[in-house]
Amino acid sequence: MAAFGSLSTRLTETLAKLRTKGKLSASDVDGTVREIRRALLDADVALEVVKSFTAAVRERALGAEVGEALNPAQQVVKIVNDELVGILGGESRPLQLAKQPPTVIMLAGLQGAGKTTLAGKLAKHLRGKGHQPLLVASDLQRPNAVTQLQVVGGQAGVEVYAPEPGNGVGDPVKVARDGVAEAKRRQYDIVIVDTAGRLGVDADMMRQAADIRRAVDPDEVLFVIDAMIGQDAVATAKAFQEGVDFTGVVLTKLDGDARGGAALSIRGLTGKPIMFASTGETLDDFEPFHPDRMASRILDLGDILTLIEQAQKAFDEEEAHRLAESIATDGFTLEDFLKQMQQLRKAGNFKQMLGMLPGAKGMREAIDSFDERELVRTEAIIQSMTPQERKQSKILNGSRRVRIARGAGVTVTDVNQLIARFEQAAKMMKTVAKGGVPQMPGMGPMPPGMRQSKKVQKQGKQQRRSGNPAKRTAEPAQPAGAAGSAFGKPKADGAFGELSSTDQEALQRMLGNG
Amino acid sequence: MAAKWSLSGALRGMFQRETITEETWDDLETALITADFGPDITEQLIDALRADVARLLVDDPKDLQRMLRERLEERFAEYDPTLSLQERPAVILVVGVNGVGKTTTIGKLARFLIVNGQSVVVGAADTFRAAAVEQLATWAQRAGSAIVRPEREGQDPASVAFQTVEAAKTHGHTMCIIDTAGRLHTKGGLMDELGKIKRVIEKQAPISEVLLVLDATTGQNGVSQAQAFIEHAGITGLVVTKLDGSAKGGFILAVQERTGIPIKLIGQGEGIDDLTGFTSHVFVEQLVG
Repeated sequence: MAAFGSLSTRLTETLAKLRTKGKLSASDVDGTVREIRRALLDADVALEVVKSFTAAVRERALGAEVGEALNPAQQVVKIVNDELVGILGGESRPLQLAKQPPTVIMLAGLQGAGKTTLAGKLAKHLRGKGHQPLLVASDLQRPNAVTQLQVVGGQAGVEVYAPEPGNGVGDPVKVARDGVAEAKRRQYDIVIVDTAGRLGVDADMMRQAADIRRAVDPDEVLFVIDAMIGQDAVATAKAFQEGVDFTGVVLTKLDGDARGGAALSIRGLTGKPIMFASTGETLDDFEPFHPDRMASRILDLGDILTLIEQAQKAFDEEEAHRLAESIATDGFTLEDFLKQMQQLRKAGNFKQMLGMLPGAKGMREAIDSFDERELVRTEAIIQSMTPQERKQSKILNGSRRVRIARGAGVTVTDVNQLIARFEQAAKMMKTVAKGGVPQMPGMGPMPPGMRQSKKVQKQGKQQRRSGNPAKRTAEPAQPAGAAGSAFGKPKADGAFGELSSTDQEALQRMLGNG
Repeated sequence: MAAKWSLSGALRGMFQRETITEETWDDLETALITADFGPDITEQLIDALRADVARLLVDDPKDLQRMLRERLEERFAEYDPTLSLQERPAVILVVGVNGVGKTTTIGKLARFLIVNGQSVVVGAADTFRAAAVEQLATWAQRAGSAIVRPEREGQDPASVAFQTVEAAKTHGHTMCIIDTAGRLHTKGGLMDELGKIKRVIEKQAPISEVLLVLDATTGQNGVSQAQAFIEHAGITGLVVTKLDGSAKGGFILAVQERTGIPIKLIGQGEGIDDLTGFTSHVFVEQLVG
């Protein structure tokens, strides 16, 4: 988790220093803005965009009222995020279709940006929407680009107009013009013109692109750009804006781990909307652009933003109230447990969030080794229970546990561990609700009874007393402590075993704040 | 038409001033960041230069320019950029993310080796991307090298690589260059495939060089690319392509320093002869002026 330690850590440090202050001072703002500036540069946002951006943020932050819910640094981060989403999101729009078909879409960009692949993706996307696209092979420069487009067209199930073999043979302007005429004649309603990759500084090639644009009079000119591009995005975008005056932008290779600062640069400099994102190798990995996701990706601040959101909304207020009530009356059920977990998951990347929580720093290693799928498994287990079982965990006897294990696709041991953990949490919740200090697992003495799973299963069998469900519910409930000792505690060395304490700490804090 | 941005151009104005002022430092920072050196290296360079300037009581920007050049040269020259191709056949595996110019680089490299009296066979182990084999075949023809194609569509790239090395041995080619499909370094499965290709080749002959191709327009993500490829494919050298664009490629310094893998080749054009070895002196000269 390389990205984890970077901006988040530094900003958390800044946050820690500011936590006690109540007002935004110039130096508070400067400290945070400096970190933001660095983060933006690390994300390859163009320097001039960074400069104007941080200036705007600084101005807004200095004049800002500090809300009740947020501390000053959080306030700055929130402003940053709002500004980012503002710039990225402003006027997102769908493709502009021509009133008189065919709609002509021209693709342009640097070499290797992914134009030809994108042509296929776009064609497939439009075909899925009931259009009849025609691909036109106007990249006659790169060896076998024409062949590639034909293959891609085949995969997308659309026709490809390729009168010239390519590899330097043929006139791309003529091909483009003929392609549009061909589409008119054969009644295709969309024409996608793939052009050769070209450098912004290559005057001849840019002139050719401009010629193609003039020849086909496109309704949309999409500038295709690699999300991994660095500071050069500015010069390139400007060159293409002058050369072909694109109407929209497509970001490709977003499935990598580049932060994609280029999106911000291009949007900030040209004002042209980013319309699509390309996110993988297959033709279906193509989606409309989501500005908010991009904003947190660029800053790598998903975790902090999540916390901010939470500071503002905390839990669903009612939910928290109900929960507190239910705990106070000793009714913390598996259902509550599940709900909390889902809420946490919904809130964002669980791992990052745990890392962000004050005091969780020491557990970073445990968090890093924590497998998020474990949460999914836990959810599955609880969801395999009947509503009654969720409310009264005490009725979970051996045969019920076997059924649950089968339903969730886990072993009985897993079910047992979950229940043990839940009971521990329930106990802790009770203590907290009563205003006491809970004994943290791992710190206090471990209850005895670490048994091997084999034995546990045997134990489970022994408990299968009655085959009649009605009878079983009527059976006296097991003593509360029994599950904890008889089924063994969660593995203390396992990632999840350790995590549960963090998990609980998280829950605890939410309750405290809620 | 947008003029080509260059670090040397950006620095020129600043070095022509009378004395070194705060503005000089600001401009220098801007220039270095715009050249994709990244915030860390930029800060390091500026701190070091500031210290030098204070220590040596320099106030002529000309001297600052010289100092910058020396600093950069020193850092770029830290590793040995020579290709090691002593084995016969010398097997070169070429890897990288999508669209950086792997196939083009192979065409140029094949040409370069042939001009230098070697006999080359290239292996089209990019069986994934549409028409990649044909693209390589076109380059092989231009370079005058032999080519091993997959026998059927979607053939396992490792087996194509194996057959290429085999062909090199039976036909006595001295060099053997293997193309691989572009893959994003975040795709675990595809990265594992590289490991397999390597293992399979090594059954036949040791691999002389594993070259990672990086696009000069790449930003700070280059480091993360290199690290992933080192982990999975054991990179021995870097190739920087598309340096003819308005790109500056400052990030490759960060890549070289963070990974310890030397930059070995530089591609700067679409022509078959536009590939040269890396010399820090020449590179920095072009960069800084």
